[in-house]
Amino acid sequence: MTAPLTLDSANTTRSAPVEAPANADGVHTPLGTEPALFELRQATLTLAGRPILEKIDFVVRRKEFVSVVGSSGCGKTSLLRLMAGLARQTAGEVLYDGKPITRSHQDVAIVFQDYGKALLPWRTVTGNVALALEAMRVPKSEYRDRIGCVLELVGLAQHADKYPGQLSGGMQQRLQIARALAQEPKAILMDEPFGALDAMTRQSLQDEILTIVARTGATVFFVTHDLEEAIYLGDRVIVLRPNPGRIVRTFDVNLSRPRDQLRSREDGEFTRLRHELHTLFKELH
Amino acid sequence: MINPGQHTLARLRGFIVPLALLSLAEIVYAMNDVHSEIIAPPHEVLRALSTIAMDGTLWNATMQTLAGAMAGLSIGFGLGLLLGAFLGISSFLDRLLFVSIEIVRALPSIAFIPIAMLIFGFGYRMELSIVAFATFWPTLLLTRSAVSSIEPRLLEVSRALGFGIRASIWKIVLPAALPRVFVALRLAASVALIVAVTVEVTANPLGLGYGLMSAQQSLQPATMLALLCWLAAVGWTLNSALLWTEKRLFGRMTSTDFTR
Repeated sequence: MTAPLTLDSANTTRSAPVEAPANADGVHTPLGTEPALFELRQATLTLAGRPILEKIDFVVRRKEFVSVVGSSGCGKTSLLRLMAGLARQTAGEVLYDGKPITRSHQDVAIVFQDYGKALLPWRTVTGNVALALEAMRVPKSEYRDRIGCVLELVGLAQHADKYPGQLSGGMQQRLQIARALAQEPKAILMDEPFGALDAMTRQSLQDEILTIVARTGATVFFVTHDLEEAIYLGDRVIVLRPNPGRIVRTFDVNLSRPRDQLRSREDGEFTRLRHELHTLFKELH
Repeated sequence: MINPGQHTLARLRGFIVPLALLSLAEIVYAMNDVHSEIIAPPHEVLRALSTIAMDGTLWNATMQTLAGAMAGLSIGFGLGLLLGAFLGISSFLDRLLFVSIEIVRALPSIAFIPIAMLIFGFGYRMELSIVAFATFWPTLLLTRSAVSSIEPRLLEVSRALGFGIRASIWKIVLPAALPRVFVALRLAASVALIVAVTVEVTANPLGLGYGLMSAQQSLQPATMLALLCWLAAVGWTLNSALLWTEKRLFGRMTSTDFTR
């Protein structure tokens, strides 16, 4: 599988230059020193007798942005579901903050690929964000400020009273991200969130998510099938192979932050990684 | 291009055929000196309608029929909604009751008139019990499918946010199923009217159905046809009112297009 090369469309009006992180410690702490937020030890998943994931070992550290790539059917989504507490491993351990995951945690937000199905069509933009606040039992008096704040962050403040059906795909996905942010999560699990969007929208959302992550210091686990997206966003890229799903290799991405659609993608490190990943994928198939 | 005026004209076009047929009936009737015990000319039907409307019998009969139909509907719809929701949520219950439901549902509700008559005698209770039985099944089936076809992703969102069962039902299941449950209500309401009138025609000395029967037996075709026209109007009004409510409640949601 080859990902489309989309280098020349970075100068759209929406793709605001990635700002420097607002909090001082976000600038450049070596991530290797941060404590682990997620830890998988020999995690194995079998569904109806079919092995989906086999002996997965990895750690996601706090404030780390980990991308996961792999062809379809390699268990990327299943891996995310284990970490989200939406599925249970058949063997091994999946830890969040040092404790086994038995159910979904409210400080772990999930952004699904199929935004159209993950939003409540009978609630407005505001109402959809409010759902997260209701779950967290936030006092009603704080709703206005908190909803306004996250909608501002994803650029939907002008559309607060619209219904999801009245929004474009990109805006619907922004809304789902806003709902995730309203949880004030420590970690965001994203399952091919930009897979169904056009190239332009995808790039501006990539930059927006980087800005937001830099600002909030959230840990991100990002599933994608787009190799370049994985490199562009991640601190590390984990490569999975199918039947059963297991880790082939992990790449460190030594690109400076903040990233830039043009500069980062023209960096020697980027092209080197892209080359290595493409070659690896060709070998796998 | 269609301007608003043309649009109204286009809608009025639908009245051409019925008006032509009525005029034809009137003309044929005037040309031949018929004395029929089956049909009456439109002007006599109109006169009969105004007579029974003036002396209050029409109003009384309508209220009786609607009372029987609506009381039965609320019981049948309420119970069907409850059991349908449970069956939609629990596949265990669904499998447990599937065969029983399919067997009992196949019975024509009208077949229960003799039994209901034995149990309740003549009157409202007999009529509403049969209406309740008849409306229970479509409500049950439609609610079951409305609940079981809720987008699983939404339930996952609810789980991921840490909502319990009660909050999930209240915030996700109910609002998601509501538009289709309302369709069930609309269907059940028309079934309720049909069954109520049928019970009145065949057995119960109440309401518009009984009025139809006594007009027929006392050889008053004009009154009989007037009641028939009135029934059509009642049924049409009921359905339009529900359609209007549905549009008001869920209109904006039908614009939600997930394929975008």
